[in-house]
Amino acid sequence: MLDAANTVAAMEVRDLTVRFRTDEADVAAVNGISFALAPGETLTILGESGSGKSVSLKALMGLLPRQATITGKVLLKGTEILSLPPSQLAKLRGGAVSMIFQEPMAALDPVYTIGEQIAETVVQHEGVSHRAAMKRALEMMEHVRIPSAARRLKNYPHEMSGGMRQRAMIALALACSPSVLLADEPTTALDVTVQIQILLLLRQLQEEMGMAVVFVTHDVGVAAEISDRVAVMYAGRFVETGSARDVLRSARHPYTAGLLSSTVQGVMRGKVLETIPGSPPSLAHLPPGCAFAPRCSHVAPVCVQSQPPVLVPHPGAMVRCIQDKPLHLPV
Amino acid sequence: MLLFSLRRLMLAIPTLLGVSLVVFGLVHIAPGNPIDMLMPPEASPEAIAQMKIAYGFDKPLYIQYFLWLGHAAVGQFGLSVFNATPVWDQLVVALGNTVQLALLAAFFGFGFGIVLGLLSAAYYGKWPDKLFSAITTAGVSLPHYWCAIVLVMLCAVLHDWLPAQGMGDDSLPFYERLQYMILPVVTLMLIPMGVIGRLVRARVLDIISQDFVGALSAKGLTRWPVLRHIIKNAAPPVLALMGLQFGYLLGGSILIETVFNWPGSGNLLNLAIFRRDIPVLQATILVLATFFVLLNLAVDVIQAAIDPRIRR
Repeated sequence: MLDAANTVAAMEVRDLTVRFRTDEADVAAVNGISFALAPGETLTILGESGSGKSVSLKALMGLLPRQATITGKVLLKGTEILSLPPSQLAKLRGGAVSMIFQEPMAALDPVYTIGEQIAETVVQHEGVSHRAAMKRALEMMEHVRIPSAARRLKNYPHEMSGGMRQRAMIALALACSPSVLLADEPTTALDVTVQIQILLLLRQLQEEMGMAVVFVTHDVGVAAEISDRVAVMYAGRFVETGSARDVLRSARHPYTAGLLSSTVQGVMRGKVLETIPGSPPSLAHLPPGCAFAPRCSHVAPVCVQSQPPVLVPHPGAMVRCIQDKPLHLPV
Repeated sequence: MLLFSLRRLMLAIPTLLGVSLVVFGLVHIAPGNPIDMLMPPEASPEAIAQMKIAYGFDKPLYIQYFLWLGHAAVGQFGLSVFNATPVWDQLVVALGNTVQLALLAAFFGFGFGIVLGLLSAAYYGKWPDKLFSAITTAGVSLPHYWCAIVLVMLCAVLHDWLPAQGMGDDSLPFYERLQYMILPVVTLMLIPMGVIGRLVRARVLDIISQDFVGALSAKGLTRWPVLRHIIKNAAPPVLALMGLQFGYLLGGSILIETVFNWPGSGNLLNLAIFRRDIPVLQATILVLATFFVLLNLAVDVIQAAIDPRIRR
C-alpha cells in the first residue's frame, strides 16, 4: 500500500467520472473511482463486461471520444494530466503512460511491420533517427523474449501467432520506458498456456523496469496471478478494494463473492458453478440505491433507497456495502 | 513479392489470349459476310473467290486466327476497310488524343475525389460531409453526356468562354489548345471524382473505426502520422478502382468524344462500328483491352506492395 506521506504516487486518480451524453440517453459509465499506485505496484480492476473498466483506462489516457465528459483528476507523478492541452497529452501517451490491448491483431496496424511500428513510437517520443529507433525495437523484441527477434522485426502482424503478437505489443508499449502501463485484458484473447507466459513476462518486466501497472480483466484467475491490489468494479464504481489476497480470499462485498463462486478456480470439483442471477444494470438508468441490490442475495430494504456506505474494514481496504465482514464462500 | 508479380504476369497471358479470341471472332459473329462488305454487290463469284484468298478466308479458322494474332503482336492490323490507310496509324493518333484527355481527367478526377473523400470522412455527419457527399454522388449519378451538353451551352453558346468542340489546330499555341481540353476534361473527370470520392470516404470511415487507430493515438502519435497510417490502409481498394477508372478513360467515352467532336479512341470505335470497319474495330478493342489488363496488373502489384496480406 502506498504511503502517501513520503512517496509520490506513479499514478493517482481522484474521483474520476465519465459520462456519455447522447440525444437519447445520459450514460454514466464511470461514477467516481479513486486509487493511487506506487511505482512497481500492480492494481487489477476486476469486473464484468460493461462495468466501466475499459472506459476507465481509456479515460486515463485521454483516449475517449469527444462526446465523453470526464471529471476528476489524474495525477502522473504529482502532475495533473487531464487538463493538459492535447499536444502535451500526446507526448505522455506511449511515453510515460502506455497501453496494451486485448486483441493485438486489432491493435497493430496490419500494413506496417512490427519493427516499423515500434520504431515509429520511439522516433515520435525521443526524436532519434530511424536507425537508432530500429535498434531499440530490436532490443525490445529481445527483451520480451521473441525468438529470432531480428527476423521477426520484419514481420507483419498477420505473420505472427497470437502470443507472439502480444509480446510485440508489449515491446511496443515498453519501448519508451513508461512509468505506468495500462493493460486492457491483454491475456483474454490468448490460449491459457500462452496467457500464463504473458503474465509471467509482464511481472518480470515490471520488476525490471519498476513501472506501475493497471491491469483490467474479468478473469479472477488472472487477477490472482498478477495483482498486488484488486479493485472490483460494478456499474462504474469500485465496490471493493484491498490487497489481492484479502479481496480474493475473503470477499466482503456480495458481488465479489458472487464473482468468485462463479469461476472455476474458486469452486471445488463436483460442485455446480453458481451464477449471479440477473444482469448488470443499464448505465443509462442507474438506480438511486446500490446498483447491485437487484441481484444481491443479502439485500436489505435500505440498499434500494440510498447509496451504501463506504466502509473501511482495515487500512488499505474498502467495501461499498452495508456490512464489511468476509462473506462465507462456498469453497 | 517478385514471385507474386511474376505469377500475376503469367495470369495476364490467358486473359489476353481470351480477349484476342473474342476480338478475332468479331469478324465471324458480326452479321453478314466480311467479304460481302468489301465487294460491290454486283461482283462476280470469281472476284469474290480471289478476294477470299487474298484475305486468307479460304484457310481453316484456327490458321486464320494464328496468322492474325502473329500480325497483331507486331502491330500489323492491316488496312482500314473504309479508307485503306494503315489501321495502326489511325489507332496511334486516336489513342494519343484520348490519352491527353484521360491523363488530365484522371489527375483532376482522382485528385478532387481523394480530397473530397478525405474531407467528408474528417467532417463525418457535419455539413461539409453532406456537401461533399452530395458533390460526389452527383458526379456518379448525373448522366455525363447531359453534363457535357449543359457545359457547352453555358461556356460556349451563352458565353464565349471556351471553344465548344474539336481539339484546335496544331498551329495554335499550347495554352490555346489547352482551352479545347477544358470542357471534355471537366466532363470526363466527374465520374472518377465521384466514385473515388465515395470510396475514399467509406474506406477512411471504416478504418478509423478500427481499434488500431485508437492504439496509434495511445502510443502518442500525432494527427499527421496517424493520417499516414489511415491512408496506407485505405489505399489498396482505392488504387484498384483508380486502375479500372483510368482504363475506362483510356477507352475514351464514345458519348463525350461525340459531343465534343474529339478525334479519340472512343470516336474511332464509334466510326468503325458504323462503317463496319472490322480491322479498325479489332485493333482498337485489342489494344484497349491490353492496356486494361496491363493497368490492372500494375495495380495488383502496387496493392501487394502496400498490403502484405494480398501477397498470397
